[in-house]
Amino acid sequence: MAIRQPTSLYRCSVFTLGAEDAALRSDALRNGHAIEVEGLRKRFGEVVALSGIDFTVPRGTVFGLLGPNGAGKTTAVRVLATVLSPDGGRAEVLGHDVVRDAAAVRRRIGLAGQNAAVDPNLTGRENLRMVGYLSQLPSSEIMGRAAELLERFGLVDAADRPLRTYSGGMRRRLDVAASLMAHPPVLFLDEPTTGLDITSREELWVMIRELVETGTTVLLTTQYLEEADRLATRIAVVDHGRIIADDTPTRLKAQLGNTVVDIELHGDGRAGRALELLSDRLGDRIQREGERLRITSDRGAHVLIEVLRLLGGDGMEPDTLTVREPSLDDVFLAITGRHADPEPVEDAGDGEAS
Amino acid sequence: MIREADRAVEFDRRIPLGIVRDTYAVTQRNLIAYRRVPQLLVFSTIQPVIFVLMFRYVFGGAIQVPGGIPYVDFLMPGIFLQTVIFGSLATAIGLATDMKSGLMERFHALPMSRSAVLTGRTLADLSRNVFVVALMMTVGFIVGWRIHTNVVGLVSGGLLVLLFGYAMSWIFATVGLAVGDPETAQAAAFPVLAPLVFASTAFVPPDSMPGWLQVWARNQPVSATAEAVRALTIGGPTTAEVLEAVTWCVGILVIFAPIAVRLYRRAV
Repeated sequence: MAIRQPTSLYRCSVFTLGAEDAALRSDALRNGHAIEVEGLRKRFGEVVALSGIDFTVPRGTVFGLLGPNGAGKTTAVRVLATVLSPDGGRAEVLGHDVVRDAAAVRRRIGLAGQNAAVDPNLTGRENLRMVGYLSQLPSSEIMGRAAELLERFGLVDAADRPLRTYSGGMRRRLDVAASLMAHPPVLFLDEPTTGLDITSREELWVMIRELVETGTTVLLTTQYLEEADRLATRIAVVDHGRIIADDTPTRLKAQLGNTVVDIELHGDGRAGRALELLSDRLGDRIQREGERLRITSDRGAHVLIEVLRLLGGDGMEPDTLTVREPSLDDVFLAITGRHADPEPVEDAGDGEAS
Repeated sequence: MIREADRAVEFDRRIPLGIVRDTYAVTQRNLIAYRRVPQLLVFSTIQPVIFVLMFRYVFGGAIQVPGGIPYVDFLMPGIFLQTVIFGSLATAIGLATDMKSGLMERFHALPMSRSAVLTGRTLADLSRNVFVVALMMTVGFIVGWRIHTNVVGLVSGGLLVLLFGYAMSWIFATVGLAVGDPETAQAAAFPVLAPLVFASTAFVPPDSMPGWLQVWARNQPVSATAEAVRALTIGGPTTAEVLEAVTWCVGILVIFAPIAVRLYRRAV
């Protein structure tokens, strides 16, 4: 039971918490973890979505779940957000068990799911108002909070237009704004930038960073290594319902280098010859798949010069050549030696868990 | 600066009567959709108006009703019921749309009453029915429908139609949550609708139906409610008829509301 005080005072200090709640949270406060997951399992019929995952997220950090479609990321988020119940294992958000104490968890989280979960017939402001009511905000605060978020997410001009007139990026921003209505200390973002153009993506990244600066803990899922790298303090790579790596972006990327050069050499034996030519200097950095060679490097584009010099010395020219940043697929190749193959969509009685 | 995470210490405050407030918020949201997409309402009322005109002027002359009452007086109670049943398709489609759009996922993660999504949906559809039934009564008066009892008969007949429509909303809420996709919901609802509406005494007396069909047509909720509304607006004994209709409605609610709530808890 919380102590009742005028709201303005209430907001300014953590010490106004009631004894019961303080006791419930003491464990989480002591070890500083916003999210704790242990041996979490979930299956949908024959499909195993989560086969025992463990991770912890310290308060005020961004944790990235990185993996292909169908890896189990969405299922993990849905269990943590009390939308699905797990088959086994344990998960706590700010010290509250997501199954036994789901109501307490719901009062502390915001969720922006994979689909922008907004009502297309309502205006931006009306959507936020509805979520405000349903988040149990006091009526007197709802419109002010909605206006504040519309301002912050650059939606003031569109605030009173129905959502169906919004672009994909605007919908997504409103969706994230809605998840913030009740000032949640823990925020779940499920593939927040999927389907967004570069500009909207960058804008959303800036907003997420600002949130974290103000103390919010964020768990985000993504298929993009770049996104996890830019935002997350720690990244867990998810594959077939398991976590196959859990590390800082820096250490994860150290295995990958910062540049990948893909070359293709068509015709008999040319790829094989190229591999021989290159392996003296770049041996452990090359992988061959048929007519394709993939060279990773931590020396940026210098590797490109070296590749071309070595091949040119033997009069060889690649048929195609791509220089790019490492992708999710490269992470998988580095960790597991195989590609990040998307699973068939899980049947959660719901469509797309991933 | 107030840190975002610190502000969130408000979280354990409870709003008194939260369930009422949640239901109101969801109802309001669904009613805004009706206002903003008036096509929904227009198209769902055009159909019953066409039925009125068709049965009143095309088929009506060939249909004999017992007791020598004008056919239009027999017809209109059936039309009201047809209107609210077809209207309750919106309950199925609305909930299925929310499941598909991901809105249901958001609702599940909010600290809101677990029943508000369903009661808010069905109450919005009830409010729409008030409007639609009033409209159809007006259409009825224009084509010659008359009340032979009194205003109490008319009002209680209207209330009975609304109660019946509310019960139907819960059947179709169940259908919508079970299929989880708006197109499928529409397709799945028709086989539920057709035997209820057409194999009933809503439009014609049962006497000309084959024996086996008569058994169904005389013992199903649409017929029972149509007979009760007729008794209230045409005259004659009403107690048994109204009691039977109310029993059907309450029975449907008692069976389908828990099923719908159960499905909602699992619906993502």
